[in-house]
Parts: sequence; structure tokens; C-alpha cells
Amino acid sequence: MKFGVIIFPGSNCDHDAYHVISKHVGQPVSFVWHKETDLSSYDCVILPGGFSYGDYLRAGALARFSPVMRSVKEFAARGGLVLGICNGFQILCEAGLLPGALMRNRDLHFLCQHVRVRVETTDTPFTNELTRGEVLSLPIAHAEGNYTCDDATLGELQTGDRVVLRYCDAEGRTTDESNPNGARDSIAGICNRARNVFGMMPHPERACEELLGSSDGRGVFRSLASTLAAVS
Amino acid sequence: MKAKVYVTLKPSVLDPQGKAIQHSVEQLGFGGIEDIRQGKYFEIALDESVNDRDARATAERMAREVLSNPVIEDFRVEVEQ
Repeated sequence: MKFGVIIFPGSNCDHDAYHVISKHVGQPVSFVWHKETDLSSYDCVILPGGFSYGDYLRAGALARFSPVMRSVKEFAARGGLVLGICNGFQILCEAGLLPGALMRNRDLHFLCQHVRVRVETTDTPFTNELTRGEVLSLPIAHAEGNYTCDDATLGELQTGDRVVLRYCDAEGRTTDESNPNGARDSIAGICNRARNVFGMMPHPERACEELLGSSDGRGVFRSLASTLAAVS
Repeated sequence: MKAKVYVTLKPSVLDPQGKAIQHSVEQLGFGGIEDIRQGKYFEIALDESVNDRDARATAERMAREVLSNPVIEDFRVEVEQ
């Protein structure tokens, strides 16, 4: 199985993702410059965190026009696994690969802290090694993480079991206080209808080593590895 | 010719930046303010090869596909000679 980590101008979590795939997942991984268009050798592509195009216009809005994004769309349509983390999630929403939008945080601050998220479904290639209801401690680092969508979309996400992660407290309860950015329905991560495209605001790649305060992020990469091992 | 594009949050979407600005303005002593909402403004300069109707159509397409995010924003286009 081969992983590709896309680098947009302004990506800054690309090396973290690369490190985790090579060191903890133990699989081949390459960087993919945003001007490349051939993703045929990859099984999973990661859109990393950062500030692509300086967050100009709207976070993720300009990265959507990078040449590689047309290929990412085709890759996703063929069933390839796509993981968008933080800015990657914003890009996936702007590109229409995931519904909704990520707005300015409720209190307008850039938030850089560990939060807790509850695993809402294990029926995805990104969470199948986790347990439903499990609480993970993961870092967030964003100013635009306030997920929003219209009522119809929210209904579709809920009934389709497509809300993958929700912000919660240590006991796994979703409360207003445990929702750091005001995200609708405490949503921290969602997947598409086909379940092969997943976007999340927290950073699992920054939480794979106890030294960094948490290794709860490993579950996401363990799930990806087992999914890909099963198909190859 | 110039096309002006105004992008604003949909009325149903909360605007925390607008609210923060409103609080500041009220602290300065301005009264009678019901609401402040923040938006974006774009000026697109077009050369002579573009006629009036094309200018509007082009600006609207740009606004729809790039300048605004239809999930959360509305836009309005003005064309001026």
C-alpha cells in the first residue's frame, strides 16, 4: 500500500503526516507537489494541515484550484482513500468532496489545544480499528474550524452515519463547553456518502507518540493500514 | 469597465466577526445599532474587449465559483462604466 501526502504552498503538517506513515504505519509514502496530476500509484492520499495559499479568500478556497485537486476528485471517485486533516478538511469542503463549510471559530480566536473527540462510527476505513463511543485526546490548531451546513445536509450526515467524530468532554458527553469552536452538532469530522473521503479538524498525525502528549491519533492510521492490508 | 462584487454571509449564518465589531463600535458610544455584518468586496477591472452583458455574466460566474462559498455566503454584482 502506498501513501501520498500532498503539499500545497503553505502546507505545514506535511512532514508530520509523512513521519507517521513511514515510522508508525511502516508503509511507503511520498510527497506529492500540488502541481502533480498522477495519483495512480497511491492507495491513500492525505491533504495535510497548514495554511495553503495563506488562507487567502477563505481557508482552503484557493487550494481547490491546484492542478492536483482534479486528480484527487477522480481518485476519490474511483474509491481511493482521501484523508483531509485541518486545512485538508477545509479544502475538501471547498472542493465539494465533503458537504458544508468551516467558518471562523465562535469566539474568533485561533485555538491551539488538546481536545477530546468521541468516535461516532467505526464503519469507515479511517476508524474501523477504533471503538464506537471511544474518547480520543487530539490536538486542534485552527481559526476556522466551526463546521456548518444547512438542515438538510445535517440530517443526511446524521441518518447516513457520516458524522465520524464529535467534540466531547472527558466522559464522552457532547456539551457546549466541550465544543471548542461552535461547530454545528459538535462535529469534528465527517465522511462522504461512499465513506472513502474523511475530513477532520483535529490532528491525529500530531498525536502518535506519548512524548507529544497523546498517541490516540494512531488509531486513525492503524485503521487505514488494516483497511488497505485487507484489500491488497 | 469595472465589476464590483459584494460577498456577504447568508442571513441564517451567524457572523461572530460582525458581532465583535458591533460590540467595539457600541463601546465607542455609537448608539442605535441593530446589527453589523461583515462581508467582502472585490473590484474587477475589465478591458474594452468586454461588453456590458458579458461583464455581468463573467463577474457572476466568478462570484459563484470562486469569490463566494454558496454554503454560507450570498453575493451581489454591480457593473459600472
